[in-house]
Amino acid sequence: MAGPKYPGFDTLALHAGQSPDPATGSRAVPIYQTAAYVFRDTEHAASLFNMERAGHVYSRISNPTVAVLEERVAALEGGVGAVATASGQAALHLAIATLMDAGSHIVASTALYGGSHNLLAYTLRRFGIGTTFVSPRDPENFRRALQPNTRLVFGETLGNPGLDVLDIPALAAIAHEAKLPLLVDSTFTTPYLMQPFALGADLLYHSATKFLGGHGVAIAGVLVDAGRFDWEASGKFATLSAPYQGFHDMDFEEESGTRAFLLRARREGLRDFGACMAPMTAFQILQGIETLHLRMPRHVESTRRIVAFLEKHPAVEKVIYPELPSHPDYELCRKLLPKGAGAVFSFELKGGRPAGRTFIEALRVFSHLANVGDAKSLVIHPATTTHYRMSEADLKRAGITAGTVRLSIGLEDPQDLIADLERALKAAVK
Amino acid sequence: MNFKVEGKPVFAYTAARELDPEKPALVFLHGAGLDHSWFGLQSRYFGYHGWNVLALDLPGHGRSAGPPIPSIEAMADWVLEVLKHVKIQKPGVVGHSMGSLIALEYAARHAAERIALIATAYPMPVSAAFLEAARNNQHAAFDMETIWGHAPQVPLGGNPNPGMWMYGDTLARLRRLAPGVLYNDLKACNDYAGGLESAAKVQCPALFILGRRDVMTPPRAAQPLIEKINGAKAVTLDASGHSLMAEAPDATLDALIEFFPRRADL
Repeated sequence: MAGPKYPGFDTLALHAGQSPDPATGSRAVPIYQTAAYVFRDTEHAASLFNMERAGHVYSRISNPTVAVLEERVAALEGGVGAVATASGQAALHLAIATLMDAGSHIVASTALYGGSHNLLAYTLRRFGIGTTFVSPRDPENFRRALQPNTRLVFGETLGNPGLDVLDIPALAAIAHEAKLPLLVDSTFTTPYLMQPFALGADLLYHSATKFLGGHGVAIAGVLVDAGRFDWEASGKFATLSAPYQGFHDMDFEEESGTRAFLLRARREGLRDFGACMAPMTAFQILQGIETLHLRMPRHVESTRRIVAFLEKHPAVEKVIYPELPSHPDYELCRKLLPKGAGAVFSFELKGGRPAGRTFIEALRVFSHLANVGDAKSLVIHPATTTHYRMSEADLKRAGITAGTVRLSIGLEDPQDLIADLERALKAAVK
Repeated sequence: MNFKVEGKPVFAYTAARELDPEKPALVFLHGAGLDHSWFGLQSRYFGYHGWNVLALDLPGHGRSAGPPIPSIEAMADWVLEVLKHVKIQKPGVVGHSMGSLIALEYAARHAAERIALIATAYPMPVSAAFLEAARNNQHAAFDMETIWGHAPQVPLGGNPNPGMWMYGDTLARLRRLAPGVLYNDLKACNDYAGGLESAAKVQCPALFILGRRDVMTPPRAAQPLIEKINGAKAVTLDASGHSLMAEAPDATLDALIEFFPRRADL
């Protein structure tokens, strides 16, 4: 029997979270550029503050434009909801701060964005939260690093910059066996290429600055919950399953079950840490999401052509892309990323750092900057930029050498991109 | 609030408050496969406005131990046992969908101050395909409950609860169920046969809150019950489907506030 059908991804990307504005009929998502909202009367105000009614009070906690983005990303990911944040880093911090206190511990992949590594390795340690980093190549590494005070298992769907494919099903099984949630940074894959909740992850976040926005005009993050993890049954998450004095002794799990994590993230995390998203930013990210399903196939297609070009070039030592049989996660990539391994990859130039410098400075179409996931093609040298605060040992563990160059392939004519790379490679080997 | 009834753990949400014998009591009964938090906003409101609130997890749902109870009549009697345990007599009862049938049956069998039946119907038939999918614990049953359980505009519309995705929330709740629980509930609704006789026995005021875009229990399907309960009132919310507490939380709450007067007005 043909049962009822959910709207397709493409439809959700354009519509989820928004009905035409009831006041004006506006088809586009209006930008509610307001800090606060007028209450109907004093009782209405009290009810909103005490979570007896749905609605908006103050835009640090929620905003109608931002709520459209949150609902849309939750719909695309198959989550119960989302909280939008000022950046991807704010989303990671919000997830951690919602789950644990000083004295807690995280097991994280070594293959992380440099900023995430800094937060875990140095900054959170100051606040009493420790992290053990393990190679994501063998999920059993995570199991071996678990401690009694571990509260989170964390990795990137595609590690940065070596593109280690996170074995989410295996890692989720290990985390769940230990009654812990699995959080993934899904920035490089987007919900178009991978839906981590369907593979077993419990929480995910995006730096929406990247492919979700796609235009590189706004810094943004979004944290999404699958609503699957039973915080009460785990017995390890007092922030979610014990009375909280900061909200009239609310027990978030008791109050709202599947929504407990997001409720605390919003009602405490946004309220107290304040790293909220601006309504204009939400509008800008929404413009990008409306074409995500059109852009991502093009990103992947162009990336494949450029990977094929670089693989054959005599100035290139090796190309690191999980769709290549030479990549250690080739088989896992075929299994978990059938639509493609994204549009960010690395390669090793012959000639080390001097060749890298010459190469980058000779490029004309590629922009040299610290970002990925833009509609425009980008290039960077990780060892001296995004990952420069990492020690030599940590760099080695993350698969970064002096000759590593990272590319983010945009939506230009791929022939122009190949010509640009060819010219720069020629200059690099002179 | 955790306690035991007939030796089995039971959970009731009380808005983090102790029960006060001086206050009137309002019992909330959830629908098939769901739990107390389905009434999150509404039960919290009453808990902070002069009422003892008991938003129950029926056996086998949420935090209450199973097994689930196989008939609407037995569920109504179980509610009575719970209320005896916590020494509540003659409560107001609010039920949604399957919970509305339990509320109806409770009011026919036991003393109730008032009853509010949300998204109800009699009979409440469940399609063979839906029952079969639930009986086989197939995800298709969750999909049917999720999609048919909301108005058609929900997947493309805005959630009044900022940042939440209604479909995802419903699916997440259903995925937490033990095998067989959803089937138990749907079968209980499908098999319930005494609705009209029970409606005729109801002596307390009754309010029907219905969603005009409800495809599971469309407003016309509640008409036989409305006609049988003397003096029953009905409110139909234009924009909502079957999940009125989520789709139209304020309008649902406003209807309940108007129907259940404050202590001073009783």
